[in-house]
Amino acid sequence: MAKMIPVPSNSIIPERDLDKKPILETCHLGIDFGGLTAVDDFTLTVGRTEIAGLIGPNGAGKTTVFNLLTNVYQPTRGTIMLDGVSTAKKTVAQVSRMGIARTFQNIRLFSNMSVIDNVKVGLHNSIDQSLFSAITHCFGYRKSEKKSREEALELLDFFSMADWADFQAGSLPYGAQRRLEIVRALATHPGIILLDEPAAGMNPSETAELMDNIRKIRDTFHIAVMLIEHDMNLVMNICEGICVLDHGKVIAKGTPDEIKTNPKVIEAYLGKKKEA
Amino acid sequence: MSKIGNKIKNLNKFTLTNIKAYSIVIIAFIILFPLNSRGMISNSMSGLLVPICTYIVMAISLNLTVGFLGELSLGHAGFMSVGAFVGVIAASCFQDIIVSDVLRLIVSIIFGGFFAGIAGFIIGIPVLRLRGDYLAIVTLAFGEIIKNIINCLYVGIDAAGLHMGMTSIEALGMTNGRIIINGPQGAVGITKLSSFTAGVILILFTLFVVLNLVNSKTGRAVTAIRDNAIAAESVGIGITRYKLTAFIVSAVLAGMAGALYAMNFSSIVAKKFDFNTSILILVFVVLGGMGNIVGSIIATAVLYILPELLREFSDYRMLIYAIVLILVMLITNSEKTKQIKEQILLKLSRNKNKQRQEE
Repeated sequence: MAKMIPVPSNSIIPERDLDKKPILETCHLGIDFGGLTAVDDFTLTVGRTEIAGLIGPNGAGKTTVFNLLTNVYQPTRGTIMLDGVSTAKKTVAQVSRMGIARTFQNIRLFSNMSVIDNVKVGLHNSIDQSLFSAITHCFGYRKSEKKSREEALELLDFFSMADWADFQAGSLPYGAQRRLEIVRALATHPGIILLDEPAAGMNPSETAELMDNIRKIRDTFHIAVMLIEHDMNLVMNICEGICVLDHGKVIAKGTPDEIKTNPKVIEAYLGKKKEA
Repeated sequence: MSKIGNKIKNLNKFTLTNIKAYSIVIIAFIILFPLNSRGMISNSMSGLLVPICTYIVMAISLNLTVGFLGELSLGHAGFMSVGAFVGVIAASCFQDIIVSDVLRLIVSIIFGGFFAGIAGFIIGIPVLRLRGDYLAIVTLAFGEIIKNIINCLYVGIDAAGLHMGMTSIEALGMTNGRIIINGPQGAVGITKLSSFTAGVILILFTLFVVLNLVNSKTGRAVTAIRDNAIAAESVGIGITRYKLTAFIVSAVLAGMAGALYAMNFSSIVAKKFDFNTSILILVFVVLGGMGNIVGSIIATAVLYILPELLREFSDYRMLIYAIVLILVMLITNSEKTKQIKEQILLKLSRNKNKQRQEE
């Protein structure tokens, strides 16, 4: 499949991933809400084990892009290929099963459930348990519950949250709730995880921990990470490729160093210099 | 070590609620059964035993929809009604084939549950696309539709088999058969098959199904949908499928309760299962606590007996009943009672710790 190899000028893939099939490809993606074009001509390729950043001023359409990628909104134009398969006309749940996981800008946990149950819900589609065995608690129920509990604890342990397993999710401190959301997303065994402002409301030490965690996720699970973030320190430090969005359009793509010096980006963030 | 500790703690928490629920029912049975069989309970009270059992089943099953799925259903009595009348028809049909009363009761309860499940499926498909208030209103409408359909249903049986019609009993064209359901007069000539024991067994069965379901993959998906539907969808849970599952299970259990209920009387009319009955069950669930199975059992038992106990107040009966409802609501929700409860629990756990240390 020769056409799968992305055009270099269009991609922000790190070099080590260039020979592999990208995990996520979007082509001329766009959506209109009534007369308003929220996102237009969004073309991006994300490599298998890449950490990509999506930045832009408020209202640029970053979260809309995430909602398009997870099929919460059906795109008006363009295509999304996830691991080489189009996600058109799939439901949100189906797209999740195809290997895309996400967290939310405003935390959306199952706050009345325990921490471990939140992760088990994430594991939902990998638990082999029929309705009959669920009602009778026999015929493989114990085995599947034990397996899911072990797997959930392992994931929680990875983020040093195993001690909180039986706490109510809504009672956790803010930072831990954000972390739990990431754990839950990882439990779906995704190929790419989308993080919507993971560092929002965090103090510098929590942000540093988050940066370590994001790298750890990539290195341990060998998946791609795409994140929306306003914390430029975080973005410039961990992202290998950055895409800048303004008014629904991509205004720049490249490595952190390229983005930092890009005049268009500076203009979008700080405004145009007055001509003398 | 901490992992193993967590495991034990979690197991205990899960089994504790189960043990509590089962033991309350079994203890009540052990106490009430001999009293009842020796005639030590007044007639009016012993007549309430089977209805209480059915309403407990109704409350537990409605709790699955309202407490765990988080959707307000106001048509639960509709499923009870389907179960009741299908159960009566089944019992009538099998009168000659199945001689054993117990077996006939079981078969008609299964039939009642099955058809109520089908009704739940048919109603659930359009209804579960709606949310909140709209869902409540549409379930209310469906409950009324079921009531009105059964209200003009004529069913009879003769040598040729089962006859059904919607116009009149003559239109069925039966030759010296037996009438089972006679339109607005409802089901007549029911053989009384239900017993207190059967009621308790049905409660235990319901507890088994609901408690097991809640502590499973399906139950977690259902609770997740209640807590945050968008997030549940984002981790790959098909919302409609699990909503429908919970709704149907709840309908099946309600149908079974309905069959048991109908078999306790010699005749039963469709009007019995109207909006008021649905609301009554909802009151039991709300006062017992949403998602609290043990609470549902206790609330149903207490609130169902209460009007009977208040009989001596005659005219003021319903007024006092309403006041009690309001008081229960206020007391269970006030911050002070919560604080007192916590203090008591704290003292208890301290005592336990002391005992342990002394040991």
